[in-house]
Amino acid sequence: MNTALQTIFTKHKGMEGALLPILHDIQHALGYVPEEAVPLIAKELNLSRAEVHGVITYYHHFRQTPPGKHVVRVCCAEACQANGSEALAAHAAKRLRNADVTLEPVYCLGLCSIGPNIQIDETELHAHVTPKKFDALMKDLGEKA
Amino acid sequence: MSITLYVPGDAAALALGADEVAAAIAAEAGKSGVKVNVVRNGSRGLFWLEPLVEVATPHGRVAYGPVDVADVPKLFAANFLHGGKHALCLGDIEKHPYLAKQQRVSLRRVGVINPRSLEDYLWQGGGKGLARARQLSSAAVVQEITDSGLRGRGGAAFPTGIKWKTVLDTRAAQKYIVCNADEGDSGTFSDRMLMEGDPYCLIEGMAIAGLAVGANKGYIYVRSEYPHAIAALNVALESAGDWLGDFSIEVRKAAGAYVCGEETALLESLEGKRGIVRSKPPLPAISGLFGQPTVINNVITFASVPDILAQGAAFYNSLGVGRSRGTLPFQLAGNLKFGGLVEVPFGTTLRELLYDYGGGSRSGRPLRAVQVGGPLGAYLPASQFDTVLDYEAFAAIGAVLGHGGIVAFDDKVDMAKQARYAMQFCANESCGKCTPCRIGSTRGIEVIDRIRGGDTAQIPLLRSLCDTMTYGSMCAMGSMTPYPVLSALNHFAEDFE
Repeated sequence: MNTALQTIFTKHKGMEGALLPILHDIQHALGYVPEEAVPLIAKELNLSRAEVHGVITYYHHFRQTPPGKHVVRVCCAEACQANGSEALAAHAAKRLRNADVTLEPVYCLGLCSIGPNIQIDETELHAHVTPKKFDALMKDLGEKA
Repeated sequence: MSITLYVPGDAAALALGADEVAAAIAAEAGKSGVKVNVVRNGSRGLFWLEPLVEVATPHGRVAYGPVDVADVPKLFAANFLHGGKHALCLGDIEKHPYLAKQQRVSLRRVGVINPRSLEDYLWQGGGKGLARARQLSSAAVVQEITDSGLRGRGGAAFPTGIKWKTVLDTRAAQKYIVCNADEGDSGTFSDRMLMEGDPYCLIEGMAIAGLAVGANKGYIYVRSEYPHAIAALNVALESAGDWLGDFSIEVRKAAGAYVCGEETALLESLEGKRGIVRSKPPLPAISGLFGQPTVINNVITFASVPDILAQGAAFYNSLGVGRSRGTLPFQLAGNLKFGGLVEVPFGTTLRELLYDYGGGSRSGRPLRAVQVGGPLGAYLPASQFDTVLDYEAFAAIGAVLGHGGIVAFDDKVDMAKQARYAMQFCANESCGKCTPCRIGSTRGIEVIDRIRGGDTAQIPLLRSLCDTMTYGSMCAMGSMTPYPVLSALNHFAEDFE
């Protein structure tokens, strides 16, 4: 972890308002922001540990525990609600109960004409997701029912 | 000679399988020994036709859509690389009524150009605004924006020229240009489409703002939910070279806090802090990012600027109605048959958008409620569908246009549940600084739950709570959550009984 952190710190030396970019890079490298990283970040940016902790916990995006093998996010905002996202979210929760997948709601992916939508890991998007299509996508991910 | 094809790289097209279609086209071309150049353009915004593939022929671009991977071999067999006939052939997409009726200004290049090519952007008329701004004084650039009547497109509709003049008139060694690309409202995607489909337009608008107020540093704060937009902006900035002169722009990734779309919370976040709303005054124009004078505008506001400079303020001001000048890219979302992007001058009606463009509900059931302006916007019943789309007409009926997002619901919607969701969203996303928003939203959920449980005597309490939130909150998060709640209660009272 320390080497990864040092590389990230070096990259952001002298950057104004560097805390969020540093946290993003740490989460990108490790999958989450470990508690042990907090004092190191605080020292690097001359902040208190409380300030760093406060920022990590304020933003929905940052996680403090490792995620599953995949992260699946179901859009639960109004435009997807209008097309049945609530039923999809309930189905997904049931389907992934025992899977090594982190299931999260997301409030808008900006694909509001073609919902319900889901996002798998960072960049994979799927539109018009029915429960049946969801199951097929999870099967492709290698997640057994 | 190779044949040029356009397969959108827009996130919505990707969600509908555009990458797979692009790969299938490349593979099929390889098999038949034809050289093709596949350009990943933005989306034209007709999402029911995505993935929409266009082929450049000597007679112009010929569109096919929606294209599935399984259609690709059949399209090759139908000689589509030379505009051949096929059931999916749409001809010149710009003649499609959905596009032909629009008047695209800010998004006119989206879907047309290669978003990765500055050369293409300049060839399609980009860059003229910046070139003209370089020949004018700062005050003259600001005057041009003031005369155009442009108002902030993020939702608050504050006159852009006044904001810029305040920054110009404030003396400081360092000033900043900040783009608010934290497009968190459900039902909105015009910022995303522009960043992915025409990133240089936003960059040019920000560079012009820099000249107008004397700033050499810009930030674009983009939601973490938009990784494709972030990538498109970074590609564009890397290849901008010396086009921007001494103006530099950095893209910053947000971290999933809705309230960071509020300008002062956004500035806090850019500074590396919790996105807590600041009290105003001082205005960001006087003391903004790192305490310096800052222009902070939405993506579409900046994207409107190059054309205003290139074509003159009078051109832009000639569009629209009343005090709402120019165009607004409306986004048709939710339960509509033909969802997509419709950029038209202010003055058309909601009904035209919902039925003439949107084609009514996707489910085939009657439309019952339409939320305009995101999670903090009012729900409108069918009796209000003839409202003219301009800022003042919407304010007059207790609604907002916001960022132009329009989310349609059919008659299966439970409006008391939607009202509860509005309070729940506020409780989840409140920054916590002021009491009416932080506590009021949670009390709101409880009161609505009691009403839904049959205790209708609680309705006056809900109204009183909304009153406190409206007048006692620091920013739009708390003060506008009552819009969806009260509009649901006023127009759909039967759902609360």
